[in-house]
Amino acid sequence: MTTLAHSPQISDSSVAPRNSICLKPDEVNSGGLDVDKIRHDFPILGRAVNGNRLVYLDNAATSQKPRAVIDVISRYYERQNANIHRGVHSLSALATEAHENARQSVRQFLNAGDVREIVFVRGATEAINLVAQSYGRTQVGAGDEVLITAMEHHSNIVPWQILCQEKQAHLKVVPINDRGELLLDEFEKLLGPRTKIVAITHVSNALGTINPVRRVIQMAHAINVPVLIDGAQAAPHFSVDVQALDCDFYAFSGHKVYGPTGIGVLYGKAALLEAMPPYQSGGDMIESVTFEKTTYNKLPFKFEAGTPHIDGAIGLHAALEYLNKLDMDKVAAYEYELLAYATEVVAAIPGVRLIGTAHEKAGVLSFVMEGVHPHDIGTILDQQGIAVRTGHHCAQPVMERFGIAATARASFAVYNTKEDVDALVKGIWKVREVFC
Amino acid sequence: MADLHELYQEVVLEHSKAPRNYRQPGAVNYRAEGYNPLCGDRFTVFLDVEGDTIRDIGFQGSGCAISTASASMMTQSVKGKTKAEAARLFEQFHRLVTGQTSEDERELGKLAVFSGVSGFPMRVKCATLAWHTLETALEERQNVVSTE
Repeated sequence: MTTLAHSPQISDSSVAPRNSICLKPDEVNSGGLDVDKIRHDFPILGRAVNGNRLVYLDNAATSQKPRAVIDVISRYYERQNANIHRGVHSLSALATEAHENARQSVRQFLNAGDVREIVFVRGATEAINLVAQSYGRTQVGAGDEVLITAMEHHSNIVPWQILCQEKQAHLKVVPINDRGELLLDEFEKLLGPRTKIVAITHVSNALGTINPVRRVIQMAHAINVPVLIDGAQAAPHFSVDVQALDCDFYAFSGHKVYGPTGIGVLYGKAALLEAMPPYQSGGDMIESVTFEKTTYNKLPFKFEAGTPHIDGAIGLHAALEYLNKLDMDKVAAYEYELLAYATEVVAAIPGVRLIGTAHEKAGVLSFVMEGVHPHDIGTILDQQGIAVRTGHHCAQPVMERFGIAATARASFAVYNTKEDVDALVKGIWKVREVFC
Repeated sequence: MADLHELYQEVVLEHSKAPRNYRQPGAVNYRAEGYNPLCGDRFTVFLDVEGDTIRDIGFQGSGCAISTASASMMTQSVKGKTKAEAARLFEQFHRLVTGQTSEDERELGKLAVFSGVSGFPMRVKCATLAWHTLETALEERQNVVSTE
């Protein structure tokens, strides 16, 4: 039987693993979550797609939004809308307060020590670009090295590639094994005196692998190299503690944690952020402007040029509150069981091969089928109301590593159920029926 | 609701499993590569053109059932045709798969099995990848065409 070695609710693999959970195939323990009730919180789950109940398994691309998030955004525009930070009028004060409360909620969500360390950005991609452009351009020079891994999303490859090209620096890539796990000994070998920053994903979007980021950070810090963690696929699935991890930067996207699109977060240690030059310039990020000289606003506003995505921040706040109420540890435990069940039943279908079989995984089940292209799988599943992602998942080097052009990827959220997994299995059998 | 069996007709599935003219002809004077970065489909179309006539055509690469079957059946359809005839066939084919019903459907012959694609707008790019590649090869515009 296929089971994952231990629960992804432990946010780092250097923590001693719990005992293996052995599931009976017909059981998914909800671990105290009322999943039926949760499903009712998400209005979209009530709709049909192509005449079938919607089975939404594309959560790694974006999650659906609970009523609480949808309502808070409407309410903001109905009752509070104004520009923030500068106004003396009441609405501006209300909007400013709501926006800054959102920042506090993110600080708590990541357990950051200081709210000044929470920078609002458009998403994880922009967060990484900010660090590559602001930190990277000042700290990386000719002959230096940036260290990433072979399982990165394009957004944690290309910003570094551009930086390295500009600075005549070298992009070094830590390889992975056939299960899709990081080779830590190779990481150790590649980490050297020329390494200026390590950028690594917490959870792989294409494979689901949870990386041993705490160990990676310890190793990098041993030679004073800062580490950026791409948490886009981790933040939705288990609790993240940036102080416990001791990471230097942490990036995640609001829309993958049940919040709106267009809002995301860069956490950065205050000392690092203080020393970094602004990323973009304009309104809000300045303290004073004359034609001779501009002084910049203090943290975190220094990195937030222009009118921010106010309703996005407020929506994100509602989403994080929603997750807090559910309890991230319960979410992690439930999703772990769901993934273990899905792994077992999908792997048992003849002709199906899983891509990404790491001992520690979260949220993602990537697979290929003998003789069937993932796009055809995607279309046939869609006809049954099942939404999965097919393609290279913006991780073409991962596809190359496994010698495939694409995979079909089912990815899970807290509102998914055993019934969803069973529908997926039935759907895959239908694919076989069409093709075999 | 679009019908899966309209999309994956027997002929289409059969061509996707055993594509015809999946080879590089002995003499090649036109070629182009077609790539869909969204799904990773990648085909090279090889042509042996004499004067205005496509004397031989083959293709290689990999893709989904729709793009593979379409490439296979395209090679059968345009072999022996003039460049202008091939271009006209592509126009008709494009109308067919985008649901702009064509009165010329009869000219499409066996290619009419792709009419089901019109119910799946996301798959039009798959059905037309090889055709775009053929068009590019004949026009010698560039050697890589992308459907994204």
